[in-house]
Formats: sequence, structure tokens, C-alpha cells
Amino acid sequence: MTSPLDQKIRITGPVVVTANRVGDGTVVYRRADGGWTTKLASAAVTTSATAARELIKQAAADDLRAVGPYIAPVKLTAAGELLPGNLREAIRLGGPTIDLPVTFGI
Amino acid sequence: MYVYDAFDRTLVAERVAEFRDQVARRLSGELTEEEFKPLRLMNGVYLQLHAYMLRVAIPYGTLSSAQLRRLAEVARKYDRGYGHFTTRQNLQFHWIKLEELPDAMAALAEAGLHGMQTSGNCVRNITTDQWAGVAPDELEDPRIWAELIRQHVTLHPEFSFMPRKFKIAVGSSLHDRAALRIHDLALRLHRNGAGESGFEVMVGGGLGRTPFLAKTIKPFLPKRDVLSYVEAVLRTYNQFGRRDNIYKARIKILVHELGVEAFAKEVEAEWQSIKDGALALDPGAASEIAGRFIYPDYKRLDDSPTMLTQARRADAGFDAWMINSVANHKVSGYAIVTLSLKPEGGTPGDATAAQMDAIADLADRYSFGEVRVGHEQNLTLPHVAQRDLHEVWRALNAIGVATPNVGLVSDIIACPGLDYCSLANARSIPIAQEITRRFSKLDLQRDLGRLHINISGCINACGHHHVGHIGILGVEKNGEEFYQITLGGKADSDAKLGTLIGPAVPYAKVADVVEDIAAAYLELRERPDELFIDTVKRLGVEPFRERVYAAR
Repeated sequence: MTSPLDQKIRITGPVVVTANRVGDGTVVYRRADGGWTTKLASAAVTTSATAARELIKQAAADDLRAVGPYIAPVKLTAAGELLPGNLREAIRLGGPTIDLPVTFGI
Repeated sequence: MYVYDAFDRTLVAERVAEFRDQVARRLSGELTEEEFKPLRLMNGVYLQLHAYMLRVAIPYGTLSSAQLRRLAEVARKYDRGYGHFTTRQNLQFHWIKLEELPDAMAALAEAGLHGMQTSGNCVRNITTDQWAGVAPDELEDPRIWAELIRQHVTLHPEFSFMPRKFKIAVGSSLHDRAALRIHDLALRLHRNGAGESGFEVMVGGGLGRTPFLAKTIKPFLPKRDVLSYVEAVLRTYNQFGRRDNIYKARIKILVHELGVEAFAKEVEAEWQSIKDGALALDPGAASEIAGRFIYPDYKRLDDSPTMLTQARRADAGFDAWMINSVANHKVSGYAIVTLSLKPEGGTPGDATAAQMDAIADLADRYSFGEVRVGHEQNLTLPHVAQRDLHEVWRALNAIGVATPNVGLVSDIIACPGLDYCSLANARSIPIAQEITRRFSKLDLQRDLGRLHINISGCINACGHHHVGHIGILGVEKNGEEFYQITLGGKADSDAKLGTLIGPAVPYAKVADVVEDIAAAYLELRERPDELFIDTVKRLGVEPFRERVYAAR
């Protein structure tokens, strides 16, 4: 497994550090205070490679709480709302784009 | 049904206890993710976009009603109330919590189910024809041999860390329903000129980034030699397969780079040194395995009972389903019933816990307690008395698994894609759903006839797009989902890889393109019974390419 610390960091806009919670796999985001949150709005956002490197370094050291941390793009709306930066991240945050079978009614 | 003995039950139970300990050590911080990952993968536990995923092996696609009920229970108790049947005859739970996995696995183990060798660089779940043991065109039940090999390779230390994963399929019918040629190793039972039955051995098939169809390296292998020859193939691969590059590590690359003759020569040399040793089968070996399969105690029944004929005349919906979803059985008075897990707008291969429970009940009542999983992501009731078909249809219809679309355009094979999978570049399921909506009219589907669509959300090709009559591959371009379209692929005994028709099309246009291709086929076919795949074979992809891209 490639260590997150070995991943190349290319930052072209605002980013957060995301991972999955160890116990149940839930998507989580790194907070500025060193904790994890399921709310993207509470994530630590940076546009600096240095700060991102530091965030991922701390996240990777927190292997007991979160698995597979990486840097993910986000978008900041004019109103200041934080949104996922691409479809993959939107699906991670919002769930599958389809109805699950139990809600689909079969 | 194969019945596990005490050895199998102990092995599965011990694995659960071992994994429970590993999970506890991971949760306590004693194991890092780096240390834990290979251990979870050995039990079929992946980490996907939203949660952990547990892949449960269904050896050769055969399930007892008790096992299906247990899958339903696990879906309800530990997942979100459904499971996903895969193209490898497995079932995946997509929302499993690591904390609860040991309990879920213990529940599965009580029913003889587990996730061993559904991941990792080992021999994966051995697959076969979902009609094994009941198909009229079958030489003999291929599951006997699949089970024999399964026992040999389960936790085999020499084959637990191969260069890459290894997929084996066994077939025994004239018509290949097991997609043999797309497997790392495929065995086809047939008779030689002397009337003896044995195996054609094919190696080096596989899809993914570099697709190849398997090549025959042994036209006829006596049954006594099957284990030693499989061992020789695995050893040759283990020795020469590349470990320096994950993209070139599968046996297909070795066979391609070495050349099939040179590869066969290496296997032959290895085989000659072991063929008369401990792996040579004595004549009773297969019978011993066969003896642990419980076969139905069929009644003596006539084909086409009057009540069936009358019901078909009286009920057009039932008749349409009979034509589409019911096949001849090798025993008179019985039928093979395919349950479509492809409702209009649904997710291919998904079944809810309620459906699984209902199907298990129907299997008990009408199919000697047995259910099969096909690589097309549908289920099969393999032993239904023809006189019961009308009742069975009503019951299946009530739970949404009697859509008479088997083998038709809406019977789409699709991987979970970007909605679940961390490897995917693009979504598969919504593409499949939109296509089923565009072709919702059964009359149109029937007019189009047999037409297989396969969709993969990335180049790993879990949706087998290369062998779809219409293959759809999701790719990412500048952050957007695009889809490459191939035509002319097929996975039967005359297997072929599809041909790319042109530049990838955006997400929103895929269903339009499929409609264009279908419309072109209706215009181009020579007669109504010329299948889509035969029209593509006759004309090539050019007329379809013109039709698709002329308007774009």
C-alpha cells in the first residue's frame, strides 16, 4: 500500500483530507483540531501544498481512527458553502446516485 | 447440493475465530491498516467508497435455500437489506461495518458460507454453468470437478501468493454458459474420439486492461490427470508470471509474452514430473465427491402437462415468461427457471432480503431447496416441475423477479461502478437503468431478440464489457464521465472480443447511442431471425459507427 505521505501533492484549488472511519467505513474529513468529522462543512480546508502535506501527515498518523487518508478537491461557492470537488467525492459524501433496492421497491 | 463435511465446517469456523481476533486487534490499534489489509482481503473484505464490502463465495453458483435465507438474514441484520450478485457467481454486501463483520461471518459460517479466496492473489471462486447437472446438452455435472479443484486449492500454501489472482471455470455443455474463454484457466468436459470423457484445457483468458481469450493448450486431458495438470499450470504461472508490474501479472500476459506453445511446453514438463504422483486421481475420487452432492429425487412426470398448456393459452403474461425464462430440463416433466434480477429501472444483480427469503421458500417448495447464481447476475431455480410453473410464475411475479427479459436488451450485466466501487472511473448502474427504461416495451425487446449489453465502470472490466454484444466502458475525461462503446463481443463457445466503434460518448448520450445501434440493427438485419450479434459479424461495426456518429 502506498503511504499517503508518498503521494504526490498537486493542488490547484481548495482541498480537504478525507478517509474512511475504521470501525464502520463511514466517510470522514479531517478537522483543523485534529479530529474527524462526517460533515464536509466542518473539514479543514487549505489551498496550500505545505498545509495539505501537514494535514495528511497527521491524518496518516491517526491510523486507529481513519483508514486510507488522501487529499480530495472541494469547491467553495460564492456563498461560502463547501462542496465536493468532483463526482467521486460527491458520491462519497452523498451516497450512490441511484435508489437502493429497498427504496426502489423490489 | 454439495454437503460440507466436518473438515470443511471446522475450517470455516476456525477462519471466523481467526478473523474475529484480527478485527479486535485492528480496532484496538494493535494492528495497523497496512498490517490488517492483507488479512481482511484474505476474507473477501474490501474498503469501497462508502463502507466496507464483504464478498461471499458461492462455489460454482450453487446455493441451498438455507444458505440463501442466511444471506437474507445477514443483509437485513448487518447490511442495508439487500445483496448484489456478481459476474463471478458471488454475492457482495456493500454496507458492512468492520465492527460487526465477525458476527456476520459467524452467521454465514453456520450455513457453510464464507469469503475466503474471494480476494487476493490466490485461486478465486471456481465458477461454472448455472444449469450444471440439469442442462440437456451437458455431458456430466461439471460441479464435481469444480468441487474437487476447490478442495485442492483452498488455503493451498503454494498458491496463496501468486503473481496475481487466478480464476478457474469448468464447463460441460455444448453451449458455453460459463464464459470459459475469459478465464485464467478453463476446463471443458467433452468426449474424445474413443468415447472417453476428459477435459479440454484452456489458459490465458481474461478481460481488464489487456483482454485475451483463453487458448487451448491440451485438447484432451484424461480425468485422472486433472489435479496434476491444474497444479502444473499454477506452478508454471507461479514461477514465470511477472511480479514486477501489477498490470502485467496475470497469466494472460505470461501466455502472450511467452507464446502459447512455449507456455504449454513448460506446463507439460512440469506435469510429466508430477502426473503419476500423489495427485493422480484414483477412479473413486470423483465418485467420492459426487457422493457428497445430493441430487433431487425426481418424480416421474410427463413433459408439457395439460394444465401447463391450458395456463399458457389462458394467460399471455405467463406464456411470454415461459418462452423467455423457462428452459428444457434433462429430466422429463421438469424445467429450469431463470429469475430475472433486471427489472426496469433496477440495479442489475441486486436482490433484497425479502426477495431472497421468498426465493428460498419457493426453492424449498418447488425446486428441491436449490438455487443457482449465474454470471449474468440472475438466479435460477434448477428443478421446477412443469406442472408447478404457473404457480411459480405468479409467486415470482409478486416479488418482481419474473420480468421476461432474460437474454434480451434489458438483461444487462453491470458492475457496481462509481456508485460503490473505489476503483471505478464512471457509473455503470444508472446507465443500465436508463437503457432499461428506453427499452421498456417488451415487444421491442423481443423484436430485437438476443442482445447482451455489458457495462463496466472501469478498465478492470468486472462487467465483462469486452464480451458484450454491446460493450460499454466508463472512462474519465477531464473529470467527466465518458463511455467507450464496443460491438460484436461474446462469451459463448465462439467467444470474441468486441470492436471499439469510435470516440467515447458522454454520460447523457449513452442510452441514445444504444437506441441508435438497436435501430441500425433493425434496418440492417437480413431477416427477423438474424441475431444482432450475427448482423455485426456479417457487416462489421462500420454501419453502426456511421449511424452513431453521423448525428454527432
